Amino acid sequence: MSSYKHLIVAALSIGAISVSSPAALQCAPVPDSITLNQNGKLFSPFTFNHAKHIQSIKECADCHHHTTGTLVLDPNCARCHQNSSPTAVVSCKGCHSATPFSPETLAAKRADKQRYHLDKMGLKGAMHQNCIGCHNKVGNGPTGCQDCHPRTKEGAAFYSTNRKGAKPAHAEEE
Amino acid sequence: MKRRNFLKACLIGGTTIALGKTNKGYASGSFEGYPEAMGVLVDTTRCIGCRSCEAACNKEQKLPEPDTSFDDPAVFEHDRRPTSKAYTVVNRYQKEQPSGPVYRKVQCNHCNEPACLTSCFVNAYTKTQEGAVIYNSKVCVGCRNCMIACPFNAPGYDYDSATNPIVKKCILCYDTRLKYGKPPACVEICPQEALTFGHRADLIKLAHERIRATPERYVDHVYGEKEVGGTSWLYLAPVGFDKLGFDTTLSNDPIISNVKDFLGMVPMVLSIWPALFSGIHLLCKNQEHGEHGHETESNQEDTKP
Repeated sequence: MSSYKHLIVAALSIGAISVSSPAALQCAPVPDSITLNQNGKLFSPFTFNHAKHIQSIKECADCHHHTTGTLVLDPNCARCHQNSSPTAVVSCKGCHSATPFSPETLAAKRADKQRYHLDKMGLKGAMHQNCIGCHNKVGNGPTGCQDCHPRTKEGAAFYSTNRKGAKPAHAEEE
Repeated sequence: MKRRNFLKACLIGGTTIALGKTNKGYASGSFEGYPEAMGVLVDTTRCIGCRSCEAACNKEQKLPEPDTSFDDPAVFEHDRRPTSKAYTVVNRYQKEQPSGPVYRKVQCNHCNEPACLTSCFVNAYTKTQEGAVIYNSKVCVGCRNCMIACPFNAPGYDYDSATNPIVKKCILCYDTRLKYGKPPACVEICPQEALTFGHRADLIKLAHERIRATPERYVDHVYGEKEVGGTSWLYLAPVGFDKLGFDTTLSNDPIISNVKDFLGMVPMVLSIWPALFSGIHLLCKNQEHGEHGHETESNQEDTKP
């Protein structure tokens, strides 16, 4: 995908929603689509339609917090980030760790006594909560696991999918 | 010495020792848990009931195939408890509420002062400094005292095995993960990060911080912070914990506090009773000799213990 195309999308978004500081969007290339769950083994990767979400949501900060130039809406975040400037990296993985509970991450967290955002979610949790949470709220969009990414063969074995319809053990006791 | 005086002295002496023990030896505060113990914070407001944790546990612990697939919602029709084939289960509560159902993951809570450990007379249980309560099947005699002692109904018994029936429960993935600082399998797979792994002390702070930041989301209580002396698994909930099948009648004292006064008597019994009863026995013998000097040999033998 060429950066030229990104600029067009950015320009279109700016035109559609009149963002307070368009410079931010012009600096960062905005991808049309993002392939998620690339390294997942149990669920197949899927293509997140970023362009479609830009058009339907119209508020970058709904997903990207305070990093895209729009004002912070969450009053809890606004206490500190009212006047925060956009950061260089706006992708989810730029802030949210893919391994939030690894020994290294936990050790780094313990060592940094000054850190305020102790409860920052991992990448997987942040994305699922963002997606499923919003889809539930709006009442539109997939919320089931396989609505977004169908299981692989390995996933089907992992979840013992072939045993569907079998009687749960407790059903006999009743 | 007259018999009456001897008995009186014994009684007074025994009572003094017993009272002394109760007031002094066992009055110290309860164990707060190992300082570096790890734990898991379960945020029930985040759980969507996908049961991935159950599947991950099944594979990690090499448990038998489930009765029904891990995406079968039929299991939510009934309350389940952990068994020897499933160390963790997810139950559904508040089904009729407009805010939607609440899911609760159940497993061993890894108490700071585990009742299973206290109740086990062959020391099959160990509380590791990493926070896990692990189990040694080699010494277990299958008495199932731990199952009765556990306030959370966690240990399950392998009733199907005739040759080597053992107690089974969540061990926080101690052997394969926790020992190496890694999170348990259920935590790693959770898509919603409903499970947060970390140092228990940090998780308590985190839990209270979540309540403070979004008070409308939670009831102001962290289940497991103080219950039965504290557990390594901690819970946050959007409604009263009693509505989610939690036992809210548990005391903040560890289960061992209920029995330690009694157990403290055991050494006393072992040290004093032999002397006491030997004395009584000898007294009786002497008395018999004094009053009935011509007792036969056989009668004397009858009085021996």
